[in-house]
Amino acid sequence: MKKFAKVLALCLALVMVVGCFAACGNNNADKDADKDAPVVDLKVGFIFLHDEQSTYDKNFMDAAKAACEEMGVEYAQKTQIPESKDCYDAAVELIEVDGCDIIFADSFGHESFLIDAAKKYPDVQFCHATGTQAHTAGVANFHNAFASIYEGRYLAGVAAGLKLNEMIDAGDITAEEAKMGYVGAFTFAEVMSGYTSFYLGAKSVCPTVTMDVKFTGSWYDEQLEKEAAQALIAGGCVLISQHADSMGAPTACENVGVPNVSYNGSTLAACPNTFIVSSRIDWTPYFKYMIQCVMDGKAIDTDWTGTIETGSVVLTDVNEKAAAKGTVEKLEAVKADLLAGKVNVFDTANFTVGGEKVDSYKADVDTDANFEKDTEVIENGVFYESKHRSAPYFDMEIDGITLLDRNYG
Amino acid sequence: MAKQKDNKHHEPLFHIVKRDDMPQWQAWLIRVCTIIIGFLFVGLLSMAITEKSLGDTYEIMFSGVFGRLFEGSTTMLWKYLQEIAILLCLALALTPAFKMKFWNCGAEGQALMGGLASIFCMIQFGEKLPYPALIAVIVVTSILAGAVWGVIPAIFKALFNTNETLFTLMMNYIATQIIAYYVYIEGGGSNVINPVAYGNFPAVGNNDYFVNIVIVAAITVFMYIYLKYSKQGYEISVVGESQNTARYIGINVKKVIIRTMIISGALCGVTGMLLVAGKDHSINTSLVGGQGFTAILMSWLGQFNPFIMVVMTGIVVFLRLGVAKVADTSLLNSSFSEIIVGIVILMLVGCEFFIHYSIKFRHSKKEVKA
Repeated sequence: MKKFAKVLALCLALVMVVGCFAACGNNNADKDADKDAPVVDLKVGFIFLHDEQSTYDKNFMDAAKAACEEMGVEYAQKTQIPESKDCYDAAVELIEVDGCDIIFADSFGHESFLIDAAKKYPDVQFCHATGTQAHTAGVANFHNAFASIYEGRYLAGVAAGLKLNEMIDAGDITAEEAKMGYVGAFTFAEVMSGYTSFYLGAKSVCPTVTMDVKFTGSWYDEQLEKEAAQALIAGGCVLISQHADSMGAPTACENVGVPNVSYNGSTLAACPNTFIVSSRIDWTPYFKYMIQCVMDGKAIDTDWTGTIETGSVVLTDVNEKAAAKGTVEKLEAVKADLLAGKVNVFDTANFTVGGEKVDSYKADVDTDANFEKDTEVIENGVFYESKHRSAPYFDMEIDGITLLDRNYG
Repeated sequence: MAKQKDNKHHEPLFHIVKRDDMPQWQAWLIRVCTIIIGFLFVGLLSMAITEKSLGDTYEIMFSGVFGRLFEGSTTMLWKYLQEIAILLCLALALTPAFKMKFWNCGAEGQALMGGLASIFCMIQFGEKLPYPALIAVIVVTSILAGAVWGVIPAIFKALFNTNETLFTLMMNYIATQIIAYYVYIEGGGSNVINPVAYGNFPAVGNNDYFVNIVIVAAITVFMYIYLKYSKQGYEISVVGESQNTARYIGINVKKVIIRTMIISGALCGVTGMLLVAGKDHSINTSLVGGQGFTAILMSWLGQFNPFIMVVMTGIVVFLRLGVAKVADTSLLNSSFSEIIVGIVILMLVGCEFFIHYSIKFRHSKKEVKA
């Protein structure tokens, strides 16, 4: 029993020590309090699928921080929110507890739950990346956003094509051996639109190029992505790009000295010898746009598509060590053509499906249970991506690209 | 080894002795103290990392769990009760199996299968059946699906004495893959099943989770009575204590194992149903989100007593939601809350050790005097 009293005394002592700490802590908090005071009385709530360990979410988180600091508004966040009712609950918490006026969610599957929340809180603006339902949902305070990342991919593809040309000129490979490999996550429009634009970019400078695609069935699986890249290299691919979120593919390339065109940000630090360039979506312009709209009392676009012009589609600096000579200049020129409308990524003159030129194509733009192909998307010989809604819908399998497998999840 | 003439110096510094003599009140005092220390530890660690005061830290934790309860908003409170309900329901489901010393590590998969049955019925029969009939079909199929997923390892255990820990664990992966495939079929390339409008549990007042919470409350009472006062509950404890004794007094051990796992799996199936019909109205592979494993600890920490489990799940869910709020407020990595909750659970498990065992130090001084 005596021993027990001792333990109890120890506990009490601990409580007192804690009390002291608490007092100290309080002082610090007071000092910091007025430093963070917001300039404008507006608060944005962000809902993230994972946290900063995923490059996908980190890209959003960095943009959220940058945009809110620049606009002088407060923000709150909820990380690790699954694509379930938890998203609705997170939105409710951000509104009712944190007092947010704008809610943003970053994952495709959040959409339906966010729409439910938008219906419940008509005075709060809800913005959602990658979603497809805003233009048909008829909920005035719910908005979709994406970016014309296919233009960024196209530019990255040009850099890849130049590298292939250099390898052909040096006699490392023949023109017929110019085969690229692509590690994709899922066989969805978002990924298909991405690798097709990448391929078309490469083809615009290296006409003999072909491409093999492998899918991992996951947005983030370092081992699978690494293995897929290794399999592609073993299959004769001399340059690799990827649309998945881990370092798997870039690392596999660096290990064997195969050039890599990256995504979602620079992998230069880890792959100094093989990293050529990377494209990514910068969400800062959109976040600033939605905050500005709410500040001015204006309506946010139902579907907002960021472009090179808005600063939403960006390329990292070219790694001169791995890229072909003249890449920087060529990319500037092609970028200017894209901006001027001289070049269209999905110009039907530049690709065939089953050996035929495509003059008409219906894509599944409006979300419905049967995935009905409902909208004509080719006008004047161009497949207009992200025109009828912000999220990509290009899902044709064009000639020159071989899908080694498929993975729908 | 040379003969040890002087045993005294070779006696270990301490040794561990099992004890059964600790009075209940003392054991509970230790547990309560551990919880208090746990909470202090959480506050201190959060304080050190977030550079907020202890008071602020607890205030943020409170707001992450109860929201603006004092200002009359009960939304977050219901969410808290819902989270408890789900974890508790899984813990309750595991308890009869654990009491029988059948290590059911398959709550995750059994709940997923229950959820799959629910969403399947909602999609397939949603338009065809009237609401009461649809709910009835959902309830029956979910219970069946969970029970089937639970009874398969039980049958193998009863007939071939296979290792149920591995078996139930492996069944989780199969269930996850089945869900992934189903989502692919129904989601049509988008990898997401949009919420289904049919067969949803009704909202009571403005509250979506009321039905779930009431169902789990009823299961809690049922499980308490079942384990403590029913003949089957007694059989479960006897089989758990000693299978040979059970056989000797005429209990059909195989039957008890299979019957108990049907109950365990069925309740997991119910949890899956609560998650699908009562919450998400959709499904994906992270439906249960690892809670099937946390529930194992909850069952143990609750000492197989449903009412203690209510308290334990209440504490753990409070910590999980509260610390997550602390992490989000300070823009910390979300692993922070997982680490904290893990440490506190470890402390709770650790305190059980000191309740059931005592450490005897070497009493060299006394021996010298003697």
